[in-house]
Amino acid sequence: MASSATTSQQGSRFGQAIVNGVAASGRMLRNELALALRTTAGKIGLPLVIFHLILATVGPLLAPYSATDFQRDEDNRVLQLQSPNTTYWLGTDNAGRDVLSRVMSGASSIIAVSVAGAGLGIFLGTVVGMSSGYKGGRTDEIVMRVMDGLMSFPSLLLALLVLSTLGANHENIIATIGVVFMPRVARVLRSVTLSLKTLEFVQSARLRGEPALYIIFREILPNAIPVLAVEASVRLSYAILLASSLGFLGLGVQPPSPDWGLMISESRNFLVDAPWIGLAPAAGVASLVVGVNLLTDGLRQARGLPVGGDHD
Amino acid sequence: MARFLMVRTGLIVVTLFVVSLAIFAVTEILPGDAAVMSLRQGATEENLKARRAELGLDRSPVVRYAEWMGGVVRGDLGESLIRKTPITEVIGGRIGNSLILAVFTFAVSVPSAILAGIWAGVKRDSWGDHTMSVGSLVAISLPEFVTGILLMVIFSTTLHWLPSSSFIFPGTNPLTSPSILVLPVLTLTGVLFAYVMRMTRANVIEVMETHYVRTAILKGLPMRRVLLRHVVPNAMLPTISIIAMNLGWMLGGLIIVENVFSYPGLGRLLLESIDSRDVPLLQALSLLIAVTYAVSNLAADLCYGVLNPRIRLA
Repeated sequence: MASSATTSQQGSRFGQAIVNGVAASGRMLRNELALALRTTAGKIGLPLVIFHLILATVGPLLAPYSATDFQRDEDNRVLQLQSPNTTYWLGTDNAGRDVLSRVMSGASSIIAVSVAGAGLGIFLGTVVGMSSGYKGGRTDEIVMRVMDGLMSFPSLLLALLVLSTLGANHENIIATIGVVFMPRVARVLRSVTLSLKTLEFVQSARLRGEPALYIIFREILPNAIPVLAVEASVRLSYAILLASSLGFLGLGVQPPSPDWGLMISESRNFLVDAPWIGLAPAAGVASLVVGVNLLTDGLRQARGLPVGGDHD
Repeated sequence: MARFLMVRTGLIVVTLFVVSLAIFAVTEILPGDAAVMSLRQGATEENLKARRAELGLDRSPVVRYAEWMGGVVRGDLGESLIRKTPITEVIGGRIGNSLILAVFTFAVSVPSAILAGIWAGVKRDSWGDHTMSVGSLVAISLPEFVTGILLMVIFSTTLHWLPSSSFIFPGTNPLTSPSILVLPVLTLTGVLFAYVMRMTRANVIEVMETHYVRTAILKGLPMRRVLLRHVVPNAMLPTISIIAMNLGWMLGGLIIVENVFSYPGLGRLLLESIDSRDVPLLQALSLLIAVTYAVSNLAADLCYGVLNPRIRLA
């Protein structure tokens, strides 16, 4: 009787610790964003990212016309390649579809794919990197060699191979981005964990006899948030670049759904007569990535980390 | 150092073995095998069977992998399904074009980016530094195909200065019509310049804040000498490995840029092989890209190891 009560008590105390740890991490993340907002880069970047997130959520609802319907005039002729005018603010494309509506609807698909893909990569990478770094020794050595192996494939080539084999749909693109990013995130989180685990507060938790999961969630995770936030922002920008490049190469969302990369690719044949077809989605993807990169710089500056940036 | 080199090279061999297995496995599960693809419609079961036997597809994957690898080691990559010519010839006709693009991009962007980075780092927070920081941030934010389209709109469809597509007759050298090289090189340069410039700037700033540089300034050394003797050599250290790392990035950039401008290089060939389901060609190209990537990463590691002995212990 007594022993089972203790176990359940310990169990709930442990659950509580994880909840507390996640809550503390959330507060740290808010703190990081608040700090980033004090930098010039963050002041421009964060609102730009939020604008795109809102556009992605309500864009398809706000869009003036359907993204896939052909626009027709009174005589039922299809309005192809209309220049921007008061009815169609960004003109129409070669099939007579409203470019503004397509750009607005396209935002949700690229942002959903990139956020989910980067999120998956961050999640897997954090789990692998933290546990490997915390465990240390042989396990760590082996895990990191496997991660190195995964990284020895250029990300675009891996994505092309996998998607051309399994077929390009949302789930496959997200899974591919997640797997491609996992080792890169793991490497960063491992090194943070290695440096955190030597600090006094982690050592004393160990001496108190806290279990590894408690220490990882309650002590290490909240303190890794500054680095994790930067890494998440970096990954998001690479996810957008990768996803839109795949769309451009024809391995993204399948037509007729609007995809920024594919729209740009198809616009090449009409650049002379109708440059707006390509320029509108180009402006969309450019402002999105600029926003995310500014946010990354803001997060870095807030913590005095060097603003350099490395390749994927 | 010798040990470091041996361990790294050994790891590369293991990695490449795994990578080749992965490429083989992935292309193996492509829907519709090479026999179906090469015969297209109207193939009877009989025909398919005969064709499979002819291509050796009726044997076990293990045997075929061993054969493929055996061929690769001897320099025989097999035959392209669509072109019906040896893959080494197909790749040989294109690899030079990609190399030309890569070499020009590096030659244009790296020296200028290093100079710009040093200047921006030394003149930190000046008007020029801010302009370059914003410019380089925009440049790394744009996907290569967006930069490419923008340059196309500006320089070919509006100003009519340069051709928008890089068509050349097969077998001719892009150097004979250099105007087709300008836009692809410019597109790749945008990103590469921005990266190297940002890294150099960050390193210069870091070094400028060290005690030894402060001492050098305070003891009255002329600024020129402080920069050349103390700042630049130390700031170059990470930049050199960044350049080697960028060789790997270049592979991805080439795939995209060659497809933007229909430039007849390996990146274009890769997409062609995917579209036409030319499995042997796809395998060979993937392996070639993976090897180049692995070797450039090794070069980055080695540069770093030579320049920074502390890293060798890790």
